[in-house]
Amino acid sequence: MSAHSVTEPSPGRKRVAAALVVAYALITLLPLMWIFATGFKSPPDSIAYPPKIAFEPTLEGYVNLFTTRTRVTPEQLQALPPPDGLAETIVRNRDMVIAGPSKFGERFMNSVIIGFGSTFLSIFLGTLAAYAFSRFRIPLSDDLLFFILSTRMMPPIAVAIPIFLMYRTLGLSDTHLGMILLYTAVNISLAVWLLKGFIDEIPREYEEAALIDGYTRFQAFVKVVLPQAATGIASTAIFCLIFAWNEYAFAVLLTSGTAQTAPPFIPTIIGVGGQDWPAVAAGATLFLLPVLVFTVLLRKHLLRGITFGAVRK
Amino acid sequence: MTTRRLMSSAAVAALTLSAAGAAQAENLTLCWAAWDPANALVELSKEFEAQSGHSMSFEFVPWPNFADRMLNELNSGGQLCDLLIGDSQWIGGGAENGHYVKLNDFFDREGISMDDFAPATVYAYSTWPKGAPNYYALPAMGDANGWFYRKDWFARPEIREAFKAEHGRELAEPTSQRELMEIARFFQGREIDGQTRYGVSIFTERGSEGITMGATGALYAWGFKYENTPGSYDMAGAVNSPEAVEALEFYKELYQCCTPPGYTNAYMEQSLDAFKSGQVAMAMNWFAFFPGLYADPDTGGEHIDFFVNPPQNVPASTLGGQGISVVAYSEKQDAALEYIKWFAQPEVQAKWWALGGYSAHNSVLNDPGFPDSQPFAADFLKAMENVQDFWQEPAYASLLLAMQKRLHDYVVADQGTAQEALDMLIEDWTEVFEDEGKL
Amino acid sequence: MTDVIATAADRAARATPPSVARRVRGLSDRAIAWLFVAPTIFLLLAINIFPLIWTIRLSFTNFAANRPNREVDWVGLRNYERILTDGDIWLSMQATAHFLFWTIALQVLIGFALAWLINQKFRGDDLWTTIIVLPMMLSPAVVGNFWTFLYQPQIGLFNYAVAWVTGADPSSFEMLGSVTLAPWAIVIVDTWMWTPFVMLICLAGLRSIPESIYEAAEIDRASPWRQFWTITVPMVAPFLMLAVLFRGIENFKMFDLVVQLTGGGPGSVTELASINLKREAFEKWRTGYSSAYAVILFVTIFGLASIYVKALNRVKAR
Repeated sequence: MSAHSVTEPSPGRKRVAAALVVAYALITLLPLMWIFATGFKSPPDSIAYPPKIAFEPTLEGYVNLFTTRTRVTPEQLQALPPPDGLAETIVRNRDMVIAGPSKFGERFMNSVIIGFGSTFLSIFLGTLAAYAFSRFRIPLSDDLLFFILSTRMMPPIAVAIPIFLMYRTLGLSDTHLGMILLYTAVNISLAVWLLKGFIDEIPREYEEAALIDGYTRFQAFVKVVLPQAATGIASTAIFCLIFAWNEYAFAVLLTSGTAQTAPPFIPTIIGVGGQDWPAVAAGATLFLLPVLVFTVLLRKHLLRGITFGAVRK
Repeated sequence: MTTRRLMSSAAVAALTLSAAGAAQAENLTLCWAAWDPANALVELSKEFEAQSGHSMSFEFVPWPNFADRMLNELNSGGQLCDLLIGDSQWIGGGAENGHYVKLNDFFDREGISMDDFAPATVYAYSTWPKGAPNYYALPAMGDANGWFYRKDWFARPEIREAFKAEHGRELAEPTSQRELMEIARFFQGREIDGQTRYGVSIFTERGSEGITMGATGALYAWGFKYENTPGSYDMAGAVNSPEAVEALEFYKELYQCCTPPGYTNAYMEQSLDAFKSGQVAMAMNWFAFFPGLYADPDTGGEHIDFFVNPPQNVPASTLGGQGISVVAYSEKQDAALEYIKWFAQPEVQAKWWALGGYSAHNSVLNDPGFPDSQPFAADFLKAMENVQDFWQEPAYASLLLAMQKRLHDYVVADQGTAQEALDMLIEDWTEVFEDEGKL
Repeated sequence: MTDVIATAADRAARATPPSVARRVRGLSDRAIAWLFVAPTIFLLLAINIFPLIWTIRLSFTNFAANRPNREVDWVGLRNYERILTDGDIWLSMQATAHFLFWTIALQVLIGFALAWLINQKFRGDDLWTTIIVLPMMLSPAVVGNFWTFLYQPQIGLFNYAVAWVTGADPSSFEMLGSVTLAPWAIVIVDTWMWTPFVMLICLAGLRSIPESIYEAAEIDRASPWRQFWTITVPMVAPFLMLAVLFRGIENFKMFDLVVQLTGGGPGSVTELASINLKREAFEKWRTGYSSAYAVILFVTIFGLASIYVKALNRVKAR
């Protein structure tokens, strides 16, 4: 048993461990694969029994996601000019014609605007505050930092009540600005905590050298600290973006149309007579894909991000 | 006196001026539920766009989220919607909280008379307080909960024989709730064309209003009343009357005996799915869907027929339907009113019905050709004679949520008895009315 | 190397040498410090603290946000009294407790096991770790919505998979529709999503254990079993407790995933505190009442978290 080094497990043990981990990973991946696959099924295939693993892929789900359609009678269909493009052909096969674009594009753009807007703002404010907390003696800084963190403990629904009233008075309900400010306020705790950790790791000697060279404190911050913290800022930004991207509770309560983001919208995608699962899956795929890419990019800083910098590697 | 008159004429002048100024083309947003009639309205509105020069945008929200989202929108003073086709129960809140523009002056000015619309719809969709001549909406879409069934299955000789052997009568559209259950039981689990079929699909949805709208179909038919004396809020003995208890037990039995598996949280969409996929022999749904169902290539046409909610002790149907209102927070109210004026015209109403919307205009409903214009038209008229609606109080959401919970707990989650559910419902409602200062 | 929660001491240890500050031109350090911190604090005051105070104030009134014209009365502690004596609210607290306990228990168990397996350092462990982590980064609302599809009797992948393994009929059970199964259905999805979170933290803990400790144990001829319980477990414990803290707070607040999965049903068996609160606040519009409810929830989370952090620090100190 102790023939090998303790820290270097035996090949057999490794193989068993690898097999178990791979099995778990495949099971965990299955629902995601299913979302992806369903997006390319036809509506009848998507609800077939038993569930279909082999199917003929179609773009119907994606067409349905981006369009609204109306049913026409076969006679009307006959009278129409030949279909223009793939989308129209797919829709006509179901005795329907495209009536116009759906709201998905708009909602997706709202997610992009609000996501990037609030990320930019949280990073901007967060970097400043994190630098100050890292480098200067600030009265009650521990309490302030803890206060910043504790704002994350409130259930969003509880905070939403007064924010709803406040936004109503200020006319910020269902606006991009309102949502950007709100997500910034939520994200800033994460940004400050993470960025403070990253800035703490930058040796102070660099700045001090710059100060001695005649830089002002502000110049030193911009020209020395920021470039050094670039990786940290980038990964913090991605965490903020993912949060804003995924947020649902505030979005469902404080937006109704103009500024509604994709998460409250995607579950309400329905087809003509019955839930259109391929369209829902197509929407989910497009929406989840950026986050999957970011996760892979972020994997080195993942742990730090999800624990507010409490655990670092 | 003179000053006031002067002031008011100045106000009128200002209004006219602003109206003249607003003659420019606006982009109006109309909010409604996402369902078949909404598509018909888009089609219909193209005519308005051409005539007025205004353009129309639409925000259609699926039913399970509709009330939640639109009431949130109104309560936040939002400007998303200029026109709102809101559910009948919202009228109390819409009027009392100032969400809807009062339309009396506008109706007078434009010569729109509420006498031209079916009285039941005016009462339900437009007035607040109920029955008073204060109008906050124009009846836009008459609706009630009805039933449809597989006419082709009902006509098959072997099925008819089997039914007759079992029940000693011919298989036909049910004339009472009990008969409905008998037929449902007969079809439950039956093999037809090599597939297992089920009896009925009914509303059991928890989140919004589904199970209440479904169960009241039985409750009203047994003679359920909300109050002993209308307007008195004395609910004990009415809400939990022996008839009400019997009706609720019936609904639960129907749910347990005769619905397909997995329909524990079903509303309009699921009911349509169950029928269109050939799972059930009968299904309940709003008349609004009937044109679409009849047009369905697989289960429509000669496969389908319709019937009004069967009576038990009394004939009654659960009311659906909506009026169209102008949202008070809209900055384009003049253009929105223009839309309503256009919509109220008899020709437009006739076209509305032809496209699949349920006009409430007398010129459409009283037309001698109406009952035969569609296979469900006569049933619709019959249903609208005896419709009953849920509370339309400003606190309707609290009242509805309480009922949703009590009914779902009893019917689907199988907790307690019908008597207990209704007793607790009275307690919940009493609390709401106490908070409202009405009790 | 890893360090768990930077302690107050090492934060205080950093201070600007005054000599440097005095020598620079431009804004003084003090001014810059305030200039940099002020916007953040202001934003948090405006969007967190001011609303919190407002909530507390509202909790003593009968205000209803959908009835702006109605007179608002002070009702003292009546809202609190009503909440604490309301049986339905206790039921939703029970549902929350069930959800919290089982999600945390399962996630700790599976998460730790996975971390331990990954720490066996087989080839490709990085790749598989990344794959396992994917679910937790996704939108709970969107994913939760899709799970309702996976859970459909007959056509759903989950039911089908269970049927395939157990031989039962896939339409014989309804994960979301049955009173007994629904509380487990939400536990399963949450565990699927968040086990990787616990796993990652445990993995950090395992990797922080210096090899020398095991080597010393080996010399003492401690059995692997004994090493596991006397070295691995105690060394990972603070990490695990931290993971539990995060999951606890998050799941106490749980809304999006469960709302999409069950909407609180069937009946009210999965109506967690946040869902219940949403109904009171944004469907029934009992603003005063739900403000009191929000305050109670906040105090509960904050109180439990504080007690827990104390315990965590004690474990760390050992």
